[in-house]
Amino acid sequence: MADINKKKIVLPLAPNEEFGSVKHLNTKKIKLPHGIPGHNLTEIEREVSADEPPALAVNDQLSVVGKRTKRIDAIYKVTGAAKYTSDIQLPGMLYGKFLRSPHPHAKIKSIDVSAAERHRGVHAVHILSVEPGGAVQRDNGHDAPAETYHVDKLPVLRYVGQPIAGVAAISDKVAREAVQLIKVEYETLPFVVDLDEAMKKGAPLVFEEKVEQQQTGGDVGGEAGAGQQGNLRGPSIGSFYGGPRGDVDQGFNESDIVVEGEFRTQVQTHCALETHGIVADWQTNMLTIYASTQSTKSVRNDLAELFDLPLSKVRVITEYMGGGFGAKFGAGHFGVMAVVLSKKSGHPVKLMLDRKEEQTTAGNRPNSQQMLKIGVKKDGTLQAIDLTSYGTAGIGLGAGVGRVAQDMYTCSNFRMAQYDVFTHAGPGAAFRAPGNVQGCFALEQLIDEIAEKLNLDPLAYRDKIDQSEIRKVERKKGAEKFGWKRKQPGSDSGVVKKGIGVAQGHWPRIIHVDSSATVRINKGGSVEIMSGVQDIGTGTKTILAQVVAEELGLKAEDITVKIGDTTYPDGPGSGGSVTAGSITPAARNAAYQAKMQLLGQVAGGWQVEIADLDMEKGEIFAKSDTSKRMSFVDATKKMRTNQIMATASRPDDYGGFEVGNAIGYDRLGSVQFAEVSVDTETGVIKVDRVVAAHSCGRPLNPLQIESQINGGVIMGVGYALYEDRIMDKETGYMVNANLDQYKLPYSKEIPHIENIIIEQYGAHSSTDASGIGEPANVATAAAIANAVYNAIGVRIYELPMTPDKVLAALQVI
Amino acid sequence: MNRFEYIKAPSVGEAIKMMNSTVPEAIINANKGGAHIVKAAGVDLLDLIKEGVVSPDRVIDLRQIPGLDKLNFDQQNGLSFGPMVTIATLAENKEVYKNYRALHEATAHAATPQIRNMATMGGNLMQRPRCWYFRSEGHHCLKKGGDVCFAQKGQNQLHAIFDTQICPCVHPSSIATALVAFDAKVELSGPDGKRNLLLSEFFTLPEANVTCENNAQSKEIITNITLPVLKPGTRSFYIKQGQRESYDWSMGDVAVVLEMEGKQCKTARIVLGAAAPVPMRASKAEALLKGKTITEKLAAKAGELAVEGATPMEHNHYKIQLFKTLVKRSILAAV
Ligand SMILES: Cc1cc2nc3c(=O)[nH]c(=O)nc-3n(C[C@H](O)[C@H](O)[C@H](O)COP(=O)(O)OP(=O)(O)OC[C@H]3O[C@@H](n4cnc5c(N)ncnc54)[C@H](O)[C@@H]3O)c2cc1C
Repeated sequence: MADINKKKIVLPLAPNEEFGSVKHLNTKKIKLPHGIPGHNLTEIEREVSADEPPALAVNDQLSVVGKRTKRIDAIYKVTGAAKYTSDIQLPGMLYGKFLRSPHPHAKIKSIDVSAAERHRGVHAVHILSVEPGGAVQRDNGHDAPAETYHVDKLPVLRYVGQPIAGVAAISDKVAREAVQLIKVEYETLPFVVDLDEAMKKGAPLVFEEKVEQQQTGGDVGGEAGAGQQGNLRGPSIGSFYGGPRGDVDQGFNESDIVVEGEFRTQVQTHCALETHGIVADWQTNMLTIYASTQSTKSVRNDLAELFDLPLSKVRVITEYMGGGFGAKFGAGHFGVMAVVLSKKSGHPVKLMLDRKEEQTTAGNRPNSQQMLKIGVKKDGTLQAIDLTSYGTAGIGLGAGVGRVAQDMYTCSNFRMAQYDVFTHAGPGAAFRAPGNVQGCFALEQLIDEIAEKLNLDPLAYRDKIDQSEIRKVERKKGAEKFGWKRKQPGSDSGVVKKGIGVAQGHWPRIIHVDSSATVRINKGGSVEIMSGVQDIGTGTKTILAQVVAEELGLKAEDITVKIGDTTYPDGPGSGGSVTAGSITPAARNAAYQAKMQLLGQVAGGWQVEIADLDMEKGEIFAKSDTSKRMSFVDATKKMRTNQIMATASRPDDYGGFEVGNAIGYDRLGSVQFAEVSVDTETGVIKVDRVVAAHSCGRPLNPLQIESQINGGVIMGVGYALYEDRIMDKETGYMVNANLDQYKLPYSKEIPHIENIIIEQYGAHSSTDASGIGEPANVATAAAIANAVYNAIGVRIYELPMTPDKVLAALQVI
Repeated sequence: MNRFEYIKAPSVGEAIKMMNSTVPEAIINANKGGAHIVKAAGVDLLDLIKEGVVSPDRVIDLRQIPGLDKLNFDQQNGLSFGPMVTIATLAENKEVYKNYRALHEATAHAATPQIRNMATMGGNLMQRPRCWYFRSEGHHCLKKGGDVCFAQKGQNQLHAIFDTQICPCVHPSSIATALVAFDAKVELSGPDGKRNLLLSEFFTLPEANVTCENNAQSKEIITNITLPVLKPGTRSFYIKQGQRESYDWSMGDVAVVLEMEGKQCKTARIVLGAAAPVPMRASKAEALLKGKTITEKLAAKAGELAVEGATPMEHNHYKIQLFKTLVKRSILAAV
């Protein structure tokens, strides 16, 4: 890889200053499946630590892993027995509510909370000086993040909805009443909420001084120490895949065809079913938190740091979670407030955001303006790619457009400059494949344009320029299932024109080595797996049960899964599609080690070698003498201790990482095909059908993977056609902060979706699994855009593709 | 949401005695307080209370008043229904489907199944506009007694393309589009008795009073809605286009009622919804069809005439093309 740019590139979701790869006392060589069954499956030898379990066979030779398995907690969810954070009720619990800024930019001249404090039923009132989550000005005395909850400073307000103060009262209603009693005198200041306006000379400044932000997501942009001029911060010229390559200008000079385009994407707000929220219970011996979070440990770590507590004195619990798509990391402004109010009042405090707060303050996918230019040779070889992007994460950072242009196709001359633009709007956050979804919308349309100029079918052209074996198989299988047969763009007759399109997705394979699990076998045969990892709705509990069951020769429902509690060993955060690939090897290894302990005892009893023993179908048996057989349950009854237990952490990828301790070799590829109908008289687009071909390493549970793909496609349809945060330029408000006017796709907007799951072995770990959540969402909007072009013969360069844009492109208006 | 008193009115007479303002009056007189207003199913009212747009002292429920949820149809008198009749009741009624197809289409495409089961027709006609500035606590607009219309310079993609000068909010009832096309009448009951007027006269433009979409008086409630008997050969249709096909508000909707004699159109009524602050008759288009045989070309021409004179705003030029199309398609679907 070419020279990485000089400044430090922050790896997502990984601590920066840790040891590199790990050495082992003893190693062994094992042969693992490698490649894609039916395409290029072989075996590869890896040298791994001696305590790693033996290689797992391909899925069709297994009994639990790789099988369609119903969620083990489905029954609790559908009966309401599952308790989510919003269901938590504690004795003496109070309800928290925020006073939020009614102005996009203002200073607080004075604030009087006395009437609120006196209001009957109010236990505590607190003013929040700096909001965690947004960028923080370094050099005005706010050294983030430790001072965020100090009382003595009044916050500068930088967007409508910014938290100012919180109240804890005996009911939600009383808390709301009290909030209205807080008197504030504001000095309003000029503001800007529009991307283009904010970049103009003389635009009102969001931050006077240089700012930094703690990173939580996998976004490009927001690197430490970047330049800042006016509201413009950056550029980011590299990612964890490196910096600029080759000589781009030279590359364009040597190109036969150059295509370029300006693409725009909108701000998409997070709309998880369960809003952000926390219940905080401050006791002298322990701070207990119930959180709707994608990372229990991130909440614990934030709060321990902010409140100066040892990690051992903060416990975070997320037993059930109502969805998160990147914005639910860390304590959040509401979490900090809930803890302060609990500490002040001596009561547990519940603070759940309402939908408007969710949409205006709790994170969003930043918008983008992308200038993308690609040069190719006559034979289609990519010669040069040049990308400049601007985007706004409001008062936050990380509005880059990802790494697709940089990494999806091989091109020796590459350059990018990605800028963050500050506006007076709520902070952006990671959002299901941050950056890559935006970037894909531009790249994959331009690749189609090149194919057209070369007179090649979009799939044939991708066959030529795409090195990925995974996507090659996906294109082939996808095209078959879809019935790929393309008419000339715009040639469909009639008023409602049909078209088809394809686009490819790209997402890195990220591993979180700080992922541990304990497996415990109890006398009587019950088995538990315990980890701090949370199940955010993706089905983590079920795949953990499957992996442990497979190792112990049991059934998934035999395993009790206890997760989502920092009392257990730390698990990975559920973001970056890291979860399955990070925690399942730890789980299998722990199960294997516990199994070895049990087999050691059995071997002693039977006077055989441990290696001669195995477990299958609820039994333990000797391979050399099949009369030596005992049920698993009976064997556990003879255990010398009441429990056998082992804990394992995620080892390095077999064969090492590509970058740092987190970025693996291989990518998570996807190819999606879309069929659309475009009404050329109204401009209304309807997505009729999507075929989505995806890889996620070894598929652990196809049923759950399909759910993820369906969800990703649906979210992609929303992004392509409907969703849009609409800001009023004159007043700085988001005018559609509700689920009525912010248009999510509902039942009739959902196309017919067909999935293809590619079984792909990379021999990276003891389970060889990877994530699927984010890849599922990357290519959809681009595939739809290409299909729209095929239908009407003109391109739409801006999302969402609403009727007004379609009619304008058709020059009807 | 503020604290308020809740009372169930036993009769229309009692309700009229108890109430002292319409919702629009309660909003502009917010600083005086003491508003006593009526409620039907509460679908719209609770939204407004929760957002802090209206803060009544007393809410008087009309739902349990006997007799207000009756629906009648016969060939002599036409269709008549009380204000507590739900949207679902109309949408599922066979006579409505047979005789007033446009009304069937309008009710069947309004809101969601759940809302249609609750929402009443009285409340539907009295509901307040969906303009996001009007609905926002943070925007004290003309309609709420303020002195700015934020939509003029703001995000007006869903606003009107006719009569936009003062307040370009469009009327939120898409069902009213069909009702106006059938010359529906409303019966209003107040302290001085009853009055009957055409729905098209009941609705008022911002010129008359920007804070209110109709001329209901402080102590008046809707007690009945009637549709006349239609001439034989009358055919009708209605099409609504939302941003989504699943439940959504109207970006534009059109009702067409044609009195046909063989292939010839004797008279036409064409009404545009979400085009103006009230459901709007497209009289030039109506005149065009009179006495002519309906063809695709003629229907398209009617579409052109329907949007003549429109004054679209910065973000809603697309509505011109939309209405052209919807008028054409509704006419063709009706015949
Ligand atoms: C998600 C959603 C989608 C919707 N989509 C559509 C749509 O597509 N098309 C459409 O037309 N509507 C739509 N609606 C609006 C819905 O039909 C109305 O809100 C509903 O009909 C109001 O009826 P209600 O009985 O709940 O009235 P309430 O909310 O109880 O009352 C509404 C208003 O009417 C007054 N009122 C009620 N009854 C009377 C009476 N008899 N006399 C005088 N005043 C009275 C009340 O004081 C109040 O001001 C939608 C609503 C929602 C929430």
